[in-house]
Amino acid sequence: MELKDKLVSSFMAFEDTVDVDAPVHDVRNEAIKIFEDKGFPSKRDEAWKYTSLNSVLKHDYSVFPKQENAIEFSDIKKYFIHDIDSYKIIFIDGKYSSHLSQTTHDGIDVCLMSSALTKPKYQLIIENYFNKVASKDGISSLNTAFSKEGAYIHIPKNKLVAKPIQIIHFSTGNESALLLQPRNLIVVDENSHVQIIERHQSLTENPVLTNSVTEIFAAKRAIVDYYKIQNDKESASLIDSTSVNQKRESHVSMHTFTFGGKLTRNNLNFYQNGERMDSTLNGVTIIGNKQHVDHNTLVHHIEPNCESHQDYKGIFADNATGVFNGKVLVNKEAQKTNAFQSNNNILLSDKASINSKPQLEIFADDVKCSHGCTIGQLDESAMFYMRSRGIPEKEAKALLMFAFSNNVLDSVKIPEIKQRITKIIANKLGVNIGFDL
Amino acid sequence: MLEIKDLHASVEGKGILRGINLEVKAGEVHAIMGPNGSGKSTLASVIAGKEEYEVEKGQILLNDEDIEELAAEERAHKGVFLSFQYPVEIPGVSVTNFIKTAINETRKSKGLDDMPAKDMLKMIREKAELLEIDRKFLSRSLNEGFSGGEKKRNEIFQMAMLEPKLAILDETDSGLDIDALRIVANGVNKLKSKDNAVIVITHYQRLLDHIVPDFVHVLYNGRIVKSGTKELAHELEEKGYDWIKEEVGA
Repeated sequence: MELKDKLVSSFMAFEDTVDVDAPVHDVRNEAIKIFEDKGFPSKRDEAWKYTSLNSVLKHDYSVFPKQENAIEFSDIKKYFIHDIDSYKIIFIDGKYSSHLSQTTHDGIDVCLMSSALTKPKYQLIIENYFNKVASKDGISSLNTAFSKEGAYIHIPKNKLVAKPIQIIHFSTGNESALLLQPRNLIVVDENSHVQIIERHQSLTENPVLTNSVTEIFAAKRAIVDYYKIQNDKESASLIDSTSVNQKRESHVSMHTFTFGGKLTRNNLNFYQNGERMDSTLNGVTIIGNKQHVDHNTLVHHIEPNCESHQDYKGIFADNATGVFNGKVLVNKEAQKTNAFQSNNNILLSDKASINSKPQLEIFADDVKCSHGCTIGQLDESAMFYMRSRGIPEKEAKALLMFAFSNNVLDSVKIPEIKQRITKIIANKLGVNIGFDL
Repeated sequence: MLEIKDLHASVEGKGILRGINLEVKAGEVHAIMGPNGSGKSTLASVIAGKEEYEVEKGQILLNDEDIEELAAEERAHKGVFLSFQYPVEIPGVSVTNFIKTAINETRKSKGLDDMPAKDMLKMIREKAELLEIDRKFLSRSLNEGFSGGEKKRNEIFQMAMLEPKLAILDETDSGLDIDALRIVANGVNKLKSKDNAVIVITHYQRLLDHIVPDFVHVLYNGRIVKSGTKELAHELEEKGYDWIKEEVGA
């Protein structure tokens, strides 16, 4: 049976496991109809022209993992940013692990989507925010239809959340192939600040497909710093759709670090509903082998006097392929918009490739919008310069690549994350050099 | 120290060096002069191990070891240093981190541990002072937005840090005002000893007033066509290169 048919026919069984009287029941039903109608995206869709899901969809995925799986903290410690005090929302094969998590209801809610979707005290937030900014395309609707578990974070107004929140989804590989569909909702009220780190990690070589949807609402003057660390095994694929709704004077930054995974697709949509806010979308991608990474961004400037900054760096080795499709939409009313986009790439082999496509649609006449895209090789003269000073080829290459991604790394506000990313990059490049740029 | 025998080298099939013979002993300073396009920078790059240049014939011996097959970094580890005519800008890598990496990689090649941070800092401070380099300068991205003089001073600063056996200064004087020239030359002179050697490549005799050569060679059409002492440099400054060309042509 095709995966699509399997999923559609599983929906009834899924409905039996959830409360059909819950307010989201209608939303789920609506969503499965959309998925039934649109299905998975194909290369015929403009937004998926360079990314084919065929190789990912061919597996016979388990949709509902049967058994509860447990893992010991010591086995997975390395996937945490463990040298900082943090809240943790941890899932194993899609199920919440209370054992590994550290949630809170003390002034803020850092807990589970499954509770939020069923308990009356969260009903108002769910009604106001759930599925309100998420995309209504086939793949996100599939997630909506099966939405049951994930992180639920609500920060009421005037809270500065001192500890970052780590959301990690593990898959154990106890199923021969597993489909995970986490659903996260993050609501940050007026004048509050929160930092979030998200990671998806498979623990075996069995295929895993994660179709994740995250909705973020940043109210007036809210600050949200979000970090996605994508360094999964090359048997795991990720489709991450994150949509952000920002209100006036808010600041939201999203860093996406992509080093692992077989196929990674990031749909990142920012909607600026208000004045004098800014949105930052930064990314570093370093992949090799046959890995594929596709960044699809949208920043929609709806009102005047706002800014957006996009800076994506990509390094592609071997047969790796990359896509950057960045769309900036400026409404007629959105005068004095400053929108910047840059996408710089280095191809390390003749067989690696990147498709970079900026799309600017500007309907206002008093704006500053710029985009730049470069594709090049490592600078040979810089290589010789460094080697002539005694830095071996591999280390010289690594140093150049660090330097290339340095301005994005520099914008990371949590030093431990920057250190971790630096370490992941050094491992990825097979070097052990103590430079801290 | 360095012995070059009948060296022929080409780039993209075009012969540039056509039989260079040169011997540089420890403690000596050699100047290589010559008109544009005579092969001076090529000779420097070939000694340093630039891969685009193909050595077709001949030998480069460093302390009696043939280094032709060695990669640029291996030659550096053996004590070869090239001060670039056009130092490369490397945004995102600070001067300090670059030199630290270079020193520690060189130590690693010799089986030594990293230099302790304290010693490194002390050394950086001393050498920066020698070349009158401001501290702030050291945290800037390597060569990015440096003036011509700053770039050259930074080259000699790196030379001071790496303490090479054989230093090749490729047109280090170009783009230097008189003060910077004095600082750079003074730095080189302080680093000179009976155990190391310096090759100065230049168009002009100006630098040679400050770094006084033991021998002066004229490179023309890929060959050393004339050698002499420092007086030869004065003669070239006065009369230009035409008489050399005529001599060779005749």
